[in-house]
Amino acid sequence: MDLTHSPADEAFRAEARAWLASHVPAAPLPSLETEEGFAAHRTWEAELAADRWSVVSWPAEYGGRDAGLMRWLIFEEEYYAARAPGRVSQNGIHLLAPTLFDHGTEEQRSRVLPPMARGEVVWAQAWSEPEAGSDLASLRSRAVRTDGGWCLSGQKTWSSRAAFADRAFGLFRSEPEAPRHQGLIYLMFDLRAPGVTVRPIHRLDGKPAFAELFLDEVFVPDEDVIGEPGEGWRIAMSTAGNERGLTLRSPGRYLAAADRLVELWRERGCPVRVQDRVADAVIGARAYQLFTYAGASRFLQGEPLGPESSMNKVFWSEYDIALHETALDLLGEEGELADTDWAEGYVFSLAGPLYAGANEIQRDIIAERLLGLPKGRR
Amino acid sequence: MRFLLTEEQRAFARSLDALLAAADTPSLVRSWSAGDTTAGRALWSRIAEAGVFALAVPEEFEGVGPLPVELGVAFVELGRHAVPGPLVETVLAAALLSGRPEPAGRLLPQLASGKALATVGAPYALDADTADLVLALRDGQVWRAPGARNIRPSLDPARRLATPLPGGELLSPVIPPEAVLWARLATAAQALGVGLALLDRTVAHVGQRVQFGVPTGSFQAVKHRLADARTALEFARPLLFGAALSMTPADVAAAKVAACEAAYATARTALQLHGAIGYTAEYDLSLWLTKARALRTAWGGPAECRAVVLGAPR
Ligand SMILES: Cc1cc2nc3c(=O)[nH]c(=O)nc-3n(C[C@H](O)[C@H](O)[C@H](O)COP(=O)(O)OP(=O)(O)OC[C@H]3O[C@@H](n4cnc5c(N)ncnc54)[C@H](O)[C@@H]3O)c2cc1C
Repeated sequence: MDLTHSPADEAFRAEARAWLASHVPAAPLPSLETEEGFAAHRTWEAELAADRWSVVSWPAEYGGRDAGLMRWLIFEEEYYAARAPGRVSQNGIHLLAPTLFDHGTEEQRSRVLPPMARGEVVWAQAWSEPEAGSDLASLRSRAVRTDGGWCLSGQKTWSSRAAFADRAFGLFRSEPEAPRHQGLIYLMFDLRAPGVTVRPIHRLDGKPAFAELFLDEVFVPDEDVIGEPGEGWRIAMSTAGNERGLTLRSPGRYLAAADRLVELWRERGCPVRVQDRVADAVIGARAYQLFTYAGASRFLQGEPLGPESSMNKVFWSEYDIALHETALDLLGEEGELADTDWAEGYVFSLAGPLYAGANEIQRDIIAERLLGLPKGRR
Repeated sequence: MRFLLTEEQRAFARSLDALLAAADTPSLVRSWSAGDTTAGRALWSRIAEAGVFALAVPEEFEGVGPLPVELGVAFVELGRHAVPGPLVETVLAAALLSGRPEPAGRLLPQLASGKALATVGAPYALDADTADLVLALRDGQVWRAPGARNIRPSLDPARRLATPLPGGELLSPVIPPEAVLWARLATAAQALGVGLALLDRTVAHVGQRVQFGVPTGSFQAVKHRLADARTALEFARPLLFGAALSMTPADVAAAKVAACEAAYATARTALQLHGAIGYTAEYDLSLWLTKARALRTAWGGPAECRAVVLGAPR
């Protein structure tokens, strides 16, 4: 048992900290859920990438630093402590990239990853459909074989940041007669291709944070198919654990948020009525950090992340809401003002138990796969 | 950085688990509750032989410690098996006396070897009627009390609380502030073990109990409560071992809050999902249910520990 980082890892931390200190924008960027903010965040991604800080864990040939899991965690701690901007490229970096590392071709990796790392091509996830939410395998959008590729038709929805993004990756039904989980194809397509209509959807606070995609005979060349046609479900699921598990929400974000909450609590005169909830935010962030370190230690000795990822997802999503509610309560009447970081964070936190697999589904996974309880009616 | 128990530490947990499983702790707890401590004292000796109390005692006083991580490992097992007695208090006594060659040289070897059970009153002393050494924390000093009086039952029938008698021998003119960290850490570990046992027993129960023609464990409302219990316990575990590594007041307090709250929430879930059978004294589940509540307030309740986490005045 050891929580001390090696001198080399601490040197990496110091290097990251120094870089962030001289580069993080002094004034916060506008919300990345707006057109203006999206553009500003793209510029920030390019700045990160110029010094190879945008994807530290990737191989150097694609723009990374070969930094490994522990250094990625260290980088994220520094990143959020420095109050650096949110990551506009997160869906591509955390969902598509790991899939390409595991299942893509070398040609796909060298074509797709470097522009992703630079924020030149921002990716959206096109999994959900109006009739396929928690029951994702019931999706109906089709991919029909055509000369040199596939022809997509159907409708996708709730696609985060698709209103401003460039390309999307998603699951389509390529064999209509096959069982639900088979006959799916996983592929990448252009959001500006002929036949694609993107309609922004405004979330609770009115910002166009996600979008609906209408697809009418959209051509996708064979080179944009990930893995074998018909194997889409298996491929998508093999990396979905990344979303819930380690990568989508690193502990650095919550450690920094808890620090800010304590700061706010002190500024407001340490009110005793919320003291326990503020302490729980501190305890929760530390628990999440140490849980992650334990999971990473196991992962690095060759164990898979496994269904533990679902505990991660439930924990951070509920933690995030409790933390932001505490902040808004501390702010009192000012908590109603929508143009603050706390308010933006609060609105964002409310979606946590819904996306990346709704928490009810995660609890089913914990109960059945970790506790061994019988499968029941869904 | 490798935040995982070593193979030796895991082997230590397994061997304690085997020792305690063979001891039929449920019937031993019942006789302890009824005032017959013979079987409990015999088990105490075997726990001491396994080295548990020596972990809190420095080598110069015939211990092997202090080794907080191993102590955490051991106390999780003691909690899982609902072992009765002033376990935490014996560890605390060792921590209170470790810095003073006299009386440490005289008393600690007995605690390490399991020949003596110690308890500490602040204000109540657990199992003072059984303990060989009753310490009292008074006026910032550590006293050896000549006994205790006014024995009262705890919510946990296996615990009896008493008030140390005044007077006695002054053992230390100061209460070392870090001593309470040992009590807190051991209580947190014990509580985590209690929570894990409650979860295991409940999972087993709902896998077998049939209502409406299917195991109750196939109902989603049941599953989700257990999923939440598992999640809370698994997030308390790294806090416990992180605190054992650092032994800072804030880390130990955080571990105490998380482990005790998770264990207590699991107790509520366990009772609900067992139905009426869980509400009976004769069913073994009760041995853990009542302990989860008692440990929650022992050696620093939730509000006190949360204040420590924030470095806030109380
Ligand atoms: C902010 C946000 C961003 C998103 N971004 C993306 C994105 O980028 N790409 C994308 O593809 N999707 C995205 N989604 C969609 C997200 O993946 C879905 O919302 C999610 O899968 C749930 O599906 P649903 O909304 O259709 O709800 P439903 O599936 O209709 O579920 C509604 C409620 O019923 C519960 N429920 C459903 N089935 C069960 C069951 N078997 N047992 C118990 N309860 C059940 C759910 O838990 C939930 O509470 C996003 C969603 C949000 C809110």
